[in-house]
Amino acid sequence: MSASTDKNAEAAAWLRRRTLEAWSEADDAALNAWLEQDVANKVAYWRLKAAWGRADRLAALRRDKAVVAQQPKTSSHMLKIAAGVALIAISATAGNFWLNQQNQPKDAVYATALGERKTIALTDGSEIELNTDTAIRFASTPTLKTVTLLKGEAYFQIRHDPKRLFVIEAAGHRITDIGTKFRVRKDAARLEVALLEGEVRFDSADGRVKPLSMKPGDVVIATAHSAAVMQQPKREIADSLGWRSGMIVFRHTTLAEAASEFNRYNAKKVVIDDASSAKLTINGTFQTGDIAAFADAAHAVFGLHVNTRNGETVISR
Amino acid sequence: MNAPELEAWFVDEVLPLEAMLMQYLRNHWRDQSEIDDLRQEVYIRVCEAAQREIPNPAKPFVLGTARNLIIDRIRRQQIVAIEKVADLDALGLAADMPGPDRSAMARDDLRRLQWAIDRLPPRCREAVVLCKIEGLSQREIAQRMGVSEATVSEHIDKGMCALADHLYGEPNDIRRAP
Repeated sequence: MSASTDKNAEAAAWLRRRTLEAWSEADDAALNAWLEQDVANKVAYWRLKAAWGRADRLAALRRDKAVVAQQPKTSSHMLKIAAGVALIAISATAGNFWLNQQNQPKDAVYATALGERKTIALTDGSEIELNTDTAIRFASTPTLKTVTLLKGEAYFQIRHDPKRLFVIEAAGHRITDIGTKFRVRKDAARLEVALLEGEVRFDSADGRVKPLSMKPGDVVIATAHSAAVMQQPKREIADSLGWRSGMIVFRHTTLAEAASEFNRYNAKKVVIDDASSAKLTINGTFQTGDIAAFADAAHAVFGLHVNTRNGETVISR
Repeated sequence: MNAPELEAWFVDEVLPLEAMLMQYLRNHWRDQSEIDDLRQEVYIRVCEAAQREIPNPAKPFVLGTARNLIIDRIRRQQIVAIEKVADLDALGLAADMPGPDRSAMARDDLRRLQWAIDRLPPRCREAVVLCKIEGLSQREIAQRMGVSEATVSEHIDKGMCALADHLYGEPNDIRRAP
């Protein structure tokens, strides 16, 4: 066992005891004495403490557990029952669609093609903006409106109606609106929800993670079996919505990520041809369709070569 | 400089450089089993210096410390590794490498966190998740997992160390990995 492994083990034992076990003033004094013994102790302890503290972000999901625990047991049951009823209601609406058509279609699919953007205005004043290559299904009943994000990304501005819940479903996760503006993006393996204004409730797909009430600036990233929340500065949330005005914003974005971002909007793809170029990072604002400007920047800033091959823009050393 | 200030500086300025530092050490030290010790030694030297005066900016100082440490070690080994030292001089360049950006880190923090947790060994991950997300005590975790409290302690300690390695020591571009 190496010296650093030993130090880490000691530091971890202190940190665990302090975080998880009963901790007295005497313990505190003992810890301080240990820290003072050696800079090596301090360094090992600070490092583990910082990492462990970062994992506290996960604990944000715990906040709601406390809230739920304070309520009578039945209320969480009721929520589950309500959710069950809601799901039944949705399938029922889908089935009865042809039977009770009214002014607004009760169940409809809206989609955008690659590079296309579209705003869906609902009769209640809510608006849904669809980004490139996106599809949603909209269903409504007298008590519930449901949007299923089938793929892609959308920005929601929801007019809250206490008598009629607005629920967004994506990859099995459920977002319940409580009057708000937010963005949802669904990728192959994960779902990202960013809240700008108001409040929403986030229920993860497998139900093992406790329901989470999101506040403005919160971003939830969920996969099939996990969900975690973080705070994001307003500016970054605004950046991530650049597409609403046809722009993509990069801040310290790797060329690989930037290329895949462009490729979301364009049939003619950008390819970063070597691993070392892919790791370079850029800043800047581009029009979603302006691959040429992006290629120019890669050339001007990094001296990379730009070629066209089978309609693809290839960037390499 | 008092201890809390030093700690804050270390956490905010030095730890974010760890991935770069580890890459540097791995590239310039043959025996990979000694890398963690070298990292620890760099941190000790950096903090000892910072107790007297905070080096600003931190990055060239940390990398410079790593470079000096490696040169010291090579000398101590009394191996005249000329290519290696020559090689190190070319590494003045490394100090100009773009450092991790604080806001980019914040943005990716969660993805990274998730990735770091996913990489923990299963039992270890279970203990960490029960502790961090469910907020369970050591005893409750032991009951839930059907093991002794001592075993939970082992899992948690191991989890703490692995989490720090994953969060700080790995390159930043892992976040797009599947």
